[in-house]
Amino acid sequence: MSILVDKDTTFIIQGITGREAVTMARECLDYGAKLLGGVTPGRKGREVHGLPVEDTVRAFTDRTRVDAAVVSVPPAGAADAVFEAIDAGIPLIVCVTERIPRKQVAQFVEYAAQKGTRIIGPNCLGVISPGKTRVGGIGGAAESTRRAFMPGRIGVMSRSGGMTVEIANSLSEAGLGVSTAVSIGGDAIIGSTYAELMPLFDADPQTEGIAIYSEPGGRAEYELADYMARSGSKKPIVAFMAGRFMDEMPGMRFGHAGTIVEGRADTTASKIANLTAAGIIVAEKIGDIPRLLSERLGK
Amino acid sequence: MKLHEYQAKALLAKFGVAVPKGSVARTPEEAEKASADLGGKAVIKAQAHTGARGKAGGVKVANTPAEAKQHAAAIIGMQLVTHQTGPQGLPVGSVLCEELIDIEREVYLSVAIDNSAGMPVVIASPQGGMDIETVAAESPDAIFKQHIDPACGFREYQARELAFACGFEGPTLGPTVNLIMGLVRAFEASDGSIAEINPVVLTKDGRVLAADAKFSIDDSAAFRQKANMELQDRSQEAAKELEAHDAGIQNYVKLDGNIGCLVNGAGLAMSTLDAIKMAGGDAANFLDIGTANSPEAVVAALRIIGSDADVKAVLVNIFGGLARTDVIAQGVIDAKTQGLLPQPTVVRLAGTNVEEGLRILDASPVELVRADGFADAARRVVEAAK
Repeated sequence: MSILVDKDTTFIIQGITGREAVTMARECLDYGAKLLGGVTPGRKGREVHGLPVEDTVRAFTDRTRVDAAVVSVPPAGAADAVFEAIDAGIPLIVCVTERIPRKQVAQFVEYAAQKGTRIIGPNCLGVISPGKTRVGGIGGAAESTRRAFMPGRIGVMSRSGGMTVEIANSLSEAGLGVSTAVSIGGDAIIGSTYAELMPLFDADPQTEGIAIYSEPGGRAEYELADYMARSGSKKPIVAFMAGRFMDEMPGMRFGHAGTIVEGRADTTASKIANLTAAGIIVAEKIGDIPRLLSERLGK
Repeated sequence: MKLHEYQAKALLAKFGVAVPKGSVARTPEEAEKASADLGGKAVIKAQAHTGARGKAGGVKVANTPAEAKQHAAAIIGMQLVTHQTGPQGLPVGSVLCEELIDIEREVYLSVAIDNSAGMPVVIASPQGGMDIETVAAESPDAIFKQHIDPACGFREYQARELAFACGFEGPTLGPTVNLIMGLVRAFEASDGSIAEINPVVLTKDGRVLAADAKFSIDDSAAFRQKANMELQDRSQEAAKELEAHDAGIQNYVKLDGNIGCLVNGAGLAMSTLDAIKMAGGDAANFLDIGTANSPEAVVAALRIIGSDADVKAVLVNIFGGLARTDVIAQGVIDAKTQGLLPQPTVVRLAGTNVEEGLRILDASPVELVRADGFADAARRVVEAAK
């Protein structure tokens, strides 16, 4: 089992003729993912790696089942692409684009909630269930992705795309492997938070424990702690909190739009205390995550 | 992108927020004239991107135009140092000359992004003029919130609820609701990321005014906020950050330490800074090179780091995903060969095309320190910076 995606997941890439999207499409195909083609308005009839390019999302959904859409469209058109995919009835949208105006993100996240559409991102690398499929650029080239993401027992959620790979790599090297890894996105407003994805990991028999990468800024870690208390979830979680150096630098933003210390609750110190109180183990180093999980899994 | 107070007030006024009478002055003479226009008395406020300007000597009251000229002469050109600016302070290029107002009462008003709710939130408190974090910690009951729904927008009843909660009633209710609605309209139309009016003042003559104003615009919306983005005062930004921005590097932040960093991915960059700190060092910058799809892009970034006089050693920490380690390796060699990176340099490569990346490093006569894993890399670079 896995969450969000499985080996049969069919998907399209919106913005498929863009340079990064062409590379992503190649890497997804090499990994064995069921990529159907893509959409770039005005480019109907072209091909990317032998797959069809259409003008609209409906051109795909009218003739076949589309389980997911990856949005890799420049910021000015990204929100529009997300709305198009929602209205075409695609149940899972992975929004890769970085630097979409915050106001537009708020609008499509709310619209998706009304329509029952799941959004991952924006500003993320996508979802992978090792050995089954991947939806998005997560992991890079297929060969290095296979090396970093061995199929296994641990679910991964990360606000950083790159760090999803670092963590997966350490879990794979330790022999624990990964059930599903989700790059949830680095923006202030994202479609799916830790607490919103946890019920899926709780229900997934393949996932025995969870590793989380976290940063200063926002309230997502508090919501996760609340979820743990409310749900009685028993799967062990180990979190790694980057950006400890930022606690003394209020008002400064580092890379991710959501990563800023605006108040005491945004600091790593405050988040670590809260996570620890909820029974979530906080690792000092990425390299400690596999050992801490193994100890809790008891084998 | 932050606006100055005078810019923020002009923006808010366009959307119907009542502000004190006043104008900006860039010379002492302009300040003299501005205060004469106000009837002689005026408050002279330094325009710099920081709070706590009063304590730092950046806000003065003038009783005559001649005094206004004197104060402006003292303030314009100063480096304003507050707890928010760091020891070097910020340059002051202009002052805002405003009417003196008789304060009856002060309240707090702001709009910020509520990440959990996924939408902006309007925050009000009857305890105006204070740091809102302190109010939130000491008297959480004195904080009132209303969300701006992305679908149906902010409703007038929500503004009324906030106004009532802050004790406005009778003849002051209408002007307060207008001010709140104006603030929300300005925030929504201008792609605001944070807007704060602290304080909103009820004057003795019954007016409700934005006595101070902070306003930041979402940088991601720059492409559709061109007119507002032109208001940026580049003197308020760190020189190295402007240089990086002009070179097309968006995720660069100048810091106080002596270890230059080039990393791919914001998360890895942040973790690298932590690792350096844990190893006993301090980073001179944060730099996320992103996917770095050409050696030239890497060279451009290394030029910024290499020319930073604070930098004593450099750490290149790459975990290639979309970024290719061979491209980065070539960029590092090129920068070294061109003499752009004279400092001792530690390189850690992993991920996409790592075999090829390491081969490029091995094949070059350029002297580099190689590291495995980033804890090892951090330890080596801290050593090299000593």
